Amino acid sequence: MDEVKRTPLYELHKKLGAKFVSFAGYSMPVQYTDGVLKEHLHTREYAGFFDVSHMGQITVWPQKGKEQDLIKCLEYLMPCDLVSLPVNRQSYSVLTNAQGGVIDDIMIANRGTHYHIVANASQKNADFEHLKKHISDTGDVCLLQGKSLLAIQGPLTESILSKVCPETTKMKFLDHYQTKIFSFPCLISRSGYTGEDGFEISVDDKDVASLSQKLFENTHLKPIGLGARDSLRMEAGLCLYGNDLNEKITPPEASLSWSIHKSRRTKSSSRSEFLGSETILDQLNKGTDYIRVGLFPSGKAPMRQGAEIYADSSGDRKIGVITSGGFSPTLSRPISISRILRTSAEQHNEIFVKVRGDLLPAKITNLPFIPSKYKKTYRGTHEIY
Amino acid sequence: MKYTEEHEWLRLEGDVVTVGITQHASEQLGDLVFVELPSDGQEISKDQEIVVIESVKAASDILAPLDGVITAVNNLIVEEPSLVNSDPMGEGWFFKMKLKNPSDFDGLLDKEDYEKLTQ
Repeated sequence: MDEVKRTPLYELHKKLGAKFVSFAGYSMPVQYTDGVLKEHLHTREYAGFFDVSHMGQITVWPQKGKEQDLIKCLEYLMPCDLVSLPVNRQSYSVLTNAQGGVIDDIMIANRGTHYHIVANASQKNADFEHLKKHISDTGDVCLLQGKSLLAIQGPLTESILSKVCPETTKMKFLDHYQTKIFSFPCLISRSGYTGEDGFEISVDDKDVASLSQKLFENTHLKPIGLGARDSLRMEAGLCLYGNDLNEKITPPEASLSWSIHKSRRTKSSSRSEFLGSETILDQLNKGTDYIRVGLFPSGKAPMRQGAEIYADSSGDRKIGVITSGGFSPTLSRPISISRILRTSAEQHNEIFVKVRGDLLPAKITNLPFIPSKYKKTYRGTHEIY
Repeated sequence: MKYTEEHEWLRLEGDVVTVGITQHASEQLGDLVFVELPSDGQEISKDQEIVVIESVKAASDILAPLDGVITAVNNLIVEEPSLVNSDPMGEGWFFKMKLKNPSDFDGLLDKEDYEKLTQ
């Protein structure tokens, strides 16, 4: 078995009272001394600090004179709009396979000279190989070593970061800048995976502990483990790769149709050809058999990943499965995300989920469970990006 | 007071024991959000899964520590599972049971043995 890896902040986590869990080959903090519930609520009310250095950071550089060819190659792998993605801007996207399934969901930023991608920890090596294989003649792909990634999330994030990096007040959702915090070179994006306003900071491994310690001088900022990271993203209705999204689930099935940019949908255009486009564009037109919806369990028992969903209490007709589920600290009740037959979701408001052998009722609801609070406008203006 | 290897504590009063989980177990489990208890009067046998508890992270089963009959359950923790975290050895008790063989109690771990187990 491979050795379990640690991030450069392992010792700091230990000092902060972390309990560790093995995740995607890394020993990561699942919670600190406050526990998942308090950490979750602290992030929603103040600000949370997440070490997400296990995630992959990949750069893609065009070979000389091949800038436009590289964009074509990259767009063949992901259905976002790279042609008009401005420098210093970032986009959510998915790496699709030939069947329209999802190899990974990623963030890709235009750095001017190159693209910077943030990938899921479990998929980063696969993404790297996939990118290398498909763009070998036009660009150079690099899976970055020696880079850490921090996420600072929550309503007080801007006030905390602006004290040490004034430029952050000028950033809006999905802006992506190279700057310095204290004296440390950082790549900052206004993004995250909690539904809150927040930032992600890419910083050299050698600087990450010093940067983190300085950030913790602000007592509103607390370390948050993977446990609360999961409940936060679930409330925000966001997909966890491996749970709600995988190589057999297409973006429209995962209710991610919005991630197929409209410029990539016109069938006459060459830009509408991407891996899996035949299936995906067809699904956009005709709809999918399965959709991703939220569930509110009627009782107190959480309905977790893998639990089967039935049309009625007889348990005769299986109509789907829970892909993520647990307890919502904000709503103080269980919530689940499910993959369910569209026709059944349209016919039934109440469905039944098998929990420890019993069929328990749950109600279908829209995602997200908690509205997101992204900073989509510049401060003091009403401009919507 | 006696303990089991499954991190339960048992307090004997007459021939009835009160059962809960230890401080150590409640810390390991994390914040509890769901508790399902057996029914009053239910006959149970040792190692039967009789309580379901779920933390924010995962579901676990609590096994019957000995043979007997349930004589009371603590519905307060069904309403407020966090009581198990805040006061596991007191208000966060799970159920009371009448032992089939009261002498079984003596075979359980005493405090010292249990503490060794958790170190």
